[in-house]
Amino acid sequence: MKKLIQATVAIVIISLALLYTTKLLNISGGKTGKDILTIYNWGEYIDPALLKEFEKETGIHVIYETFDTNEAMLTKIKQGGTAYDIAVPSEYIIEKMLEEDMLIPLDHTKLPNLKNIDSYFLDLPFDPHNKYSIPYFWGTVGIVFNPDKVGEFDFHSWQDLWDPALRRQVFLVDSAREVVGIALNNLGYSLNTTDDSELAEAEAKLAELAPNVKAVIGDETTQLMVNNEASVALTWSGQAADMIFENEALDYAVPHEGSNLWFDNIVIPKTSKNVEGAHKFINFMLEADSAAENADYVGYSTPNKAALALMDEEVVNDERFYPPIEQRETLEVYRDLGLDYIGVYNEMFLRFKMSIR
Amino acid sequence: MNKANKTALIPYSLWILLFVIAPIALVGYYSLLDLEGNFSLINYQTFFSSIYLKMTLSSFWYAFLVTLFTLVVSYPTAYLLTKMRHKQLWLLLIIIPSWINLLLKTYAFIGTFGLSGPINAVIKLFGLPEQQILFTDISFVFVAVYIFIPFMILPIFNSLDKLNPTLIDAARDLGASPITTFRRVILPLTMDGVKSGIQVVFIPALSLFMITRLIAGNRVITLGTAIEQQFLVTQNWGMGSTIAVFLIIFMVIIMLITGQKSKGGRVR
Repeated sequence: MKKLIQATVAIVIISLALLYTTKLLNISGGKTGKDILTIYNWGEYIDPALLKEFEKETGIHVIYETFDTNEAMLTKIKQGGTAYDIAVPSEYIIEKMLEEDMLIPLDHTKLPNLKNIDSYFLDLPFDPHNKYSIPYFWGTVGIVFNPDKVGEFDFHSWQDLWDPALRRQVFLVDSAREVVGIALNNLGYSLNTTDDSELAEAEAKLAELAPNVKAVIGDETTQLMVNNEASVALTWSGQAADMIFENEALDYAVPHEGSNLWFDNIVIPKTSKNVEGAHKFINFMLEADSAAENADYVGYSTPNKAALALMDEEVVNDERFYPPIEQRETLEVYRDLGLDYIGVYNEMFLRFKMSIR
Repeated sequence: MNKANKTALIPYSLWILLFVIAPIALVGYYSLLDLEGNFSLINYQTFFSSIYLKMTLSSFWYAFLVTLFTLVVSYPTAYLLTKMRHKQLWLLLIIIPSWINLLLKTYAFIGTFGLSGPINAVIKLFGLPEQQILFTDISFVFVAVYIFIPFMILPIFNSLDKLNPTLIDAARDLGASPITTFRRVILPLTMDGVKSGIQVVFIPALSLFMITRLIAGNRVITLGTAIEQQFLVTQNWGMGSTIAVFLIIFMVIIMLITGQKSKGGRVR
C-alpha cells in the first residue's frame, strides 16, 4: 500500500513537471493570445516559407494545423475547443457554414489587395459580394493518366473510363460527390441534381464502371501514379499538377462533357480570437508576390491575376490547369445538397464500393 | 466487502461510469435520432436493408479469416517459444513490432506489395509476369494477420507456459501418442488462452477501417468503414451510432461465446 502511494505521488509530480514544461515551451517568447494566429488548412496547401515571412513581418506567431476533408474540418470547428482564426473550406461547405452562422464577415477596407483577384472568381453564388470568403485556389476534377500505358485513350470523354480495355486499371478518389459526379457528367446531368430518377440512372451507369475499378483510395494516388503503379486515376487538378511535376510521363485531361469547378476559400470562423491578425494574414496572402510564390509551391491554380503576371508563362498558359474561358462554361460548382441528399449520394457511393469485386 | 475496499473502488467506478457507461448510453441515444434530431427507428430500419446486412456478413467473413490465420500462425509459434532457451527475449522480439505506429507499417506494406516492390522483383526473377498484390483481399487479410499476431501469441504463450510439463510426461507414460497428448491434454488446458486470443483479434478485426482503404483500396468494406463515413462525411450521427450499437451487440455475443466459464466441473 505504501509503495502504491509513493508511486502515485511520483507519477503526479512527474506529470505536473511535464505540464509545466509544455506550458513554458508553448509561450516561447511571451506571446499573448492577441499575437497568435491559428490557421486550419488542407495538408500541403501553403508554402511554409510564407508563414515564416508573415511571422517576421507582423510579429504574430502562427500555429498551423491541417485537415484532410471538408467535413472533418467542419465538425472540428463546430465542436469549438480550438480558437481557429483562419480556415480554408471549399465553396459548398461555406454555404453550410453560413447557414449555421459560423463565419465572421470580412472587413474589405482591411483587404486592399483584394483588387489582385480576377473578377471572374469574385461575387460567386455561394457568397455574394465575397462578404465572408476570399478565393484561395481553384481547380477542376479530371483524369490523370499515363499515355505510355493506356494507348489510344486521351480522355476527351468520361466514357473512355468505361472502356473494357481499362479493366481493373482505374483508380478513383474515396469521395462520394466526385465519383457519383463522373456518372452524372457522363449522362449530361447536373452535379447538384436531387432528381431521384437521374440519380438512379447514374447509379446504374456507375455499376457498369465497377469492373474497371482497381481501387478507391485517397491521397495515396499521388505516390502510386508517380511510381507508375497506376495508369489512370480520377483526381483534382492540383494533385495532378503535383504528379506531373514528379513524373513527366503523366498527362491530365478534363473531359469535354463537363466537370466540377471548385474553389477553396479563406474564411474567418466565429471561433477566432484574433480577427485583426486574420485580416492581416488574408491581405498578406493576397499580395501578388506571396500568391505567386504560394501557387508555385502548391501547384494549384491561383485566382490572383496580379500573381499570374509574375509566374512562369509555361505554367500560366497551360490549358490543362488554367482552362480557357469557353471550357469553363462546361464546369459546374458544387452546391450544398442538404443532409438528406448528402446521405443519398453517400449511400449510393457505398453500394458502388461494395459492388467492386 | 469491508469499508476500505469500497472506498478504493470509487475512482474506478467513476471512471467506468464516465468513460464506458455514459458513452455507450450516448451511442444508444443517438442511434434513435433521425437526421432532423427527432426520435425514430428509421436508422434500425435502414440497417436491416440489404446493403448493411451484406456489409455485416462480409465484415464477419473477413474477421473470421483474419482470426483463423492468426491462430494457425500463432499457436505453433507460441508452442515453440515455450521450448526456447531465452523465451522471454524471443517473446519481446515478437512484441516489439507492435510498438511501431500502425500507419507506418501499413505504408511499408504498400511499398512491399507494389508492382516495383521486392515481392514482385522476386516473382520477375523467376520469369513470371508481375502480379497485382496490392488492392486485393488477400493482401488485406495478410496485413491484418501480420498486425494481430502479437496479440494472439501473448495469451496463448502465457497459458502454454503455465502448463505443468509433468502432465505431458504422464500422458506419454500412459501410452498416448503425441497427437492424442496434444488433443486431449495440451489443447484443453490452453483453451482459455486461445479464447482470449480470439477475443482480442476477432473483435477489432470486425471494425478495421484504415487498412481497408490503404491496402484493399476499399474492395473490402467493414462496419468500421461505414461508421467512419457516417460520422465524418455524411454527418449522419444517428446512422453511425446505429451501426456502432450493432457492433457492440456482436461484441457482447462473441464475449459470451468465448468467455471463460466460472462454473462447471473445472478444478482450479
